[in-house]
Amino acid sequence: MRSEGRRGVMFGGFGGQGIVTAGFITGQAAVLYDNKEATFTQVYGPEARGSACYSGVVVSQGEISYPYLLNPEIMVIMSQEAYEKFLPQLQQGGMLIVDSTIVKPGKLAEKYRLYKVPATEMAEKLGRRIVANVIMLGFASVVWDAVSVEALQEAVKAGVPKKYLGLNLKAFQIGVKLAEKALKKTTEH
Amino acid sequence: MAAILGASWAGAKSMTATSGPGLSLMMENFGLGVMMEVPTVVVDIQRGGPSTGLPTLTAQGDVMQARWGSHGHYEIIALAPDSPQEAFDLTIRCFNLAEKYRVPVILLASETVGLSAGKVVVPPEDEIKLIDRKKPTVPPGEYLPYRPDEDLIPPMASAGEGYAICATGLTHDEKGYPETNAETQEKLVRRLNDKIRVHLEEIVDVEEEHLEDAEIAVVSYGQVSRPAKRAVKMARDEGIKAGSIKLITVWPFAEHVIRKWAKQVEWFIVPELNYGQIYLEVRREACGDSKVVPIPRMGGRLITPQEIYQEIKKVSKN
Repeated sequence: MRSEGRRGVMFGGFGGQGIVTAGFITGQAAVLYDNKEATFTQVYGPEARGSACYSGVVVSQGEISYPYLLNPEIMVIMSQEAYEKFLPQLQQGGMLIVDSTIVKPGKLAEKYRLYKVPATEMAEKLGRRIVANVIMLGFASVVWDAVSVEALQEAVKAGVPKKYLGLNLKAFQIGVKLAEKALKKTTEH
Repeated sequence: MAAILGASWAGAKSMTATSGPGLSLMMENFGLGVMMEVPTVVVDIQRGGPSTGLPTLTAQGDVMQARWGSHGHYEIIALAPDSPQEAFDLTIRCFNLAEKYRVPVILLASETVGLSAGKVVVPPEDEIKLIDRKKPTVPPGEYLPYRPDEDLIPPMASAGEGYAICATGLTHDEKGYPETNAETQEKLVRRLNDKIRVHLEEIVDVEEEHLEDAEIAVVSYGQVSRPAKRAVKMARDEGIKAGSIKLITVWPFAEHVIRKWAKQVEWFIVPELNYGQIYLEVRREACGDSKVVPIPRMGGRLITPQEIYQEIKKVSKN
């Protein structure tokens, strides 16, 4: 299915972190603002509550023949349990972004392009732990090119309550800046 | 189910949505809807059964339940969407068919379609074609609620419009009064079936691809259609003469389509997320003219294009 130009991302964490929201916003960004095709799937039901949960997005230029994630090329992981449970599905040479406030990546992570983002810590500094997922989205939008930074920012704008718009945009920009810094560091080395 | 039947009699377009276990429970009143000829729509988001089975994962186990779930002999209409876009488009078509033929129509969807998100383009309202049920053209004194027109479908007055209405699950005459004898049963049940059967080609909708020179045809429906069509493309890229028949209408079955292609293709391949339900229909209509191979999966996971492609390849070497 490579020829379809499938690009897959998985968001993993625990219930309440906005894992499903992050995936949904990514899908909306691709469809509504980048004019691509996208499918969004999630775990729900008892297994999504209290233990490791995930959402998946497939982005493509054309029709998507298989809506579920198969070997995602990038994973955004926000809990240790999700890290242990889902990492084996990440495709070879894939990209792994972890919330380093919560996740301590082990040996297996060395096989991948690893980015550590202290998202929860930064979100706490903003006064709202809940926007850690948006910091991760901002970061991902820079290092992953299947969805554009602008599209993701627009989708965040459209997808969050008006009352918290400023906070979420601030969080998104923190993520973007951290990613730009991280990329600069990589090129300097 | 009883509520949507009542709402429809009151003149509204009505629907309900459920999954397999709910459909099981609704089947009693579903039959009432068939007998009273009530236009309404039931959405079934199929998961893995039997019983509560796999409540969060995909399947296609309810195909025969949609067809025969209620007792008695009747015809039904069921459409199977392959994506959120088709769920939108086909729900509209379900309503149109229900209104036109005065029958409960099932949108036979699945977890894959009902609980995922994807791009949906909503057309401008004036581009959406809507059909409303036929209304009586005679004065109230002359109206018989179950006297059919030539198309076998009786015009339907809503409750409160001034027409005398009597509707019952019992075998009834044209007035709608119970008349429980063999003669009335013969006439009524024959018509309930025939009003769908005689319009079969008008109701049935299929999407055919790459069939002109096909030796192998993959017959699919619902969420399996997308991987199936992809598999056919993969086979074509390898020079295998494969084509695709996607059943948008699952019931009534596209028997004339299968019969037509059975004269040309050597093989039908039927991938589905059950132990072979539409497979049996295809085999029946192929009548030995072509060989029919199922790819049965019990559900829980959508079959991949690769898996279907492997079967096409295997068959092409025989």
